[in-house]
Amino acid sequence: MRHIISLLMENEAGALSRVAGLFSARGYNIESLTVATTEDLTMSRMTIVTSGSDEVIEQIMKQLNKLIEVVAVVDLTDGEHLERELMLVKVIAKGDEREELKRIADIFRGRIVDVSDKTYTIELTGTGSKLDSFLNAIDRGLILETVRTGSSGIGRGDRILKL
Amino acid sequence: MELTGAEIAIRCLQEEGVEYVFGYPGGAVLFIYDALFNQEQVKHILVRHEQAAVHAADGYSRSTDKVGVALVTSGPGVTNAVTGIATAYMDSIPMVVISGQVPTSYIGEDAFQEVDTVGITRPCVKHNFLVKDVKDLAVTLKKAFYLAKSGRPGPVLVDIPKDVSNQKVEFSYPSTVNIRSYNPAKHGDVGQIKRAAQLLIEAKRPMIYAGGGVVLADAAKQLTELVRLLGAPCTNTLMGLGGYPSTDKQFVGMLGMHGTYEANMAMQNCDVLLAVGARFDDRVIGNVAHFGSVPRKIIHVDIDPATISKRVKVDVPIVGEVGHVLGDLLAVLHSSKQKPDAVTLQSWWKQIEEWRSRNSLAYKNSIELVKPQFVIEKLYEITHGEAFVTSDVGQHQMWAAQYYKFDKPRRWINSGGLGTMGFGLPAAMGVQLAHPDATVACVTGEGSIQMNIQELSTCKQFRLPIKVIALNNRYLGMVRQWQEFFHGNRYSESYMDALPDFVKLAEAYGHIGIRVDKPSDVEGALREALERKNDLVFLDFQTDPTENVFPMVPGGKGLSEVILAEDL
Repeated sequence: MRHIISLLMENEAGALSRVAGLFSARGYNIESLTVATTEDLTMSRMTIVTSGSDEVIEQIMKQLNKLIEVVAVVDLTDGEHLERELMLVKVIAKGDEREELKRIADIFRGRIVDVSDKTYTIELTGTGSKLDSFLNAIDRGLILETVRTGSSGIGRGDRILKL
Repeated sequence: MELTGAEIAIRCLQEEGVEYVFGYPGGAVLFIYDALFNQEQVKHILVRHEQAAVHAADGYSRSTDKVGVALVTSGPGVTNAVTGIATAYMDSIPMVVISGQVPTSYIGEDAFQEVDTVGITRPCVKHNFLVKDVKDLAVTLKKAFYLAKSGRPGPVLVDIPKDVSNQKVEFSYPSTVNIRSYNPAKHGDVGQIKRAAQLLIEAKRPMIYAGGGVVLADAAKQLTELVRLLGAPCTNTLMGLGGYPSTDKQFVGMLGMHGTYEANMAMQNCDVLLAVGARFDDRVIGNVAHFGSVPRKIIHVDIDPATISKRVKVDVPIVGEVGHVLGDLLAVLHSSKQKPDAVTLQSWWKQIEEWRSRNSLAYKNSIELVKPQFVIEKLYEITHGEAFVTSDVGQHQMWAAQYYKFDKPRRWINSGGLGTMGFGLPAAMGVQLAHPDATVACVTGEGSIQMNIQELSTCKQFRLPIKVIALNNRYLGMVRQWQEFFHGNRYSESYMDALPDFVKLAEAYGHIGIRVDKPSDVEGALREALERKNDLVFLDFQTDPTENVFPMVPGGKGLSEVILAEDL
């Protein structure tokens, strides 16, 4: 099953490689991994999307907790949560396609953030599956580049991950 | 007062009460060696290879309850040390390794003797640090010692660039250190402990399985009290030997791949299993599915939550320091009105005695060929079970574990998790330094001993009167045994050709060598070696090359699918 794990860790050199190394050393999957500092500059927040049986996820949580620099870990999938990913897509936008692409971007609440005479760059946010749907909705042959950030997650309401 | 980084490093070791540092100098640690030169409190043991430095620090730690310390230079110094660090990591040995690094301005430029030390060691340390600013050095070393010793112990590496070791800063050593992201459990959950007590009282066929965690936590006393109170059988893992007295009647021997028949059968057939400081690893429980095929309640006490339900799903997990948890469990049992039912226990013991009567460690002695088991039995007899025994890895290791009965913890020193050949001799050096007046025997084979034989030179320099018990069967015995059983007797590369004359080799290093090829000479040779209190004696026992280790649970099989010597 797919799980979204959120963790707080010391913002120190090498901390990211400890997490990445743990996943590769123990053969765990990483679908995506995002990391950036928080409002407290001594700490980084990481979101890892992974998959595995309940036993594997339990081990992942325990092994992450065991890393000295990891301050707190939570499996967001255990409860209500929000998940967002940002995507930038550069597409060929010529002739009739220009109007059509604008229309589809609007449907997905995307924004055109850069324009040239032959291209659009469209920005979209949403769950991973929403971004997938957008890519499926347009003509694949028009896509020049896609950049996705990987998912970031946060608990709903009172579910707070803080030191 | 302002001190250089190098002086600070040594001062920190002094503050931590470090007695010995095992190391090897080189370019990146020259300032640290200079600081070492100017003081006497911390003594340096110069090894002949960095792997041995780490094993020696490891042996020192295992035989005491102190943190072992090793000091190596950058690049090859570190890569040589990696095997030792991984060995300590697998067996959770508290250790601090200080490594030199190229100057900070050179890092990343492929400088001479540069290697990404933090990167290379990351998967085999509890934690590691690269100190980029001399201001952080003292607190980093404090953290290193704290991390190494607390929680589930392990090796911690501190990488110090050469320029950092030469910069000056005001020195002050923190008396305590707080790491906000690191809070190891101490006490176990009270509710779970009560549940465990109830299960144990009501058990019809209780079994206690104790591992290296008991030794590391110095909880042998509590374990012994608990086993006696419950009247249950107790087994130790390879790492746990000595955690419960081996000569006690409730001890059913070591379990696992080469465990006794009774230990493995009791493990498989119990209805309540108490696992203490052990991790259900593949060499211990064999096939997981086979192990799980019988219903039983499992209570698992361990300091490391990640160890619990890693391979075997348990019913009552208890995370905490083994000593504390066992103490609390004892208190609950003492205050309980219920007692284990004596009649039920009796029928369980009847079954165990039946298994025990198979005498699974029996072997056929010979008057012509020296049997390796016989050598270990004699060693046990002559040393009255009081020796510190280190071992290398292979058949000799299993025979030492099976036939030397350890009644006390920290007397059996071996590489259990990583299975590192070449561990025995350098580990024995650390043990002998920690216990100068004790008998330290290194049980080894002609294969393993050659992986760190250069340390005979270190033993000479520091006058370490280790007794090397080489069970020389001219084969990589354990490899040969597997080839005999599972590879159609094709002894691919397991024959040790062109062996040195170990007697002459020992003499060349300035020690005494004795070759023994007759069973009737075994005892005399051992006695002579032990009487030479101040000499290292290398006993080269020419043993039966065809002897195998029994019982044996083949890899991937279940604990009751065992091969006994009598079966063949």
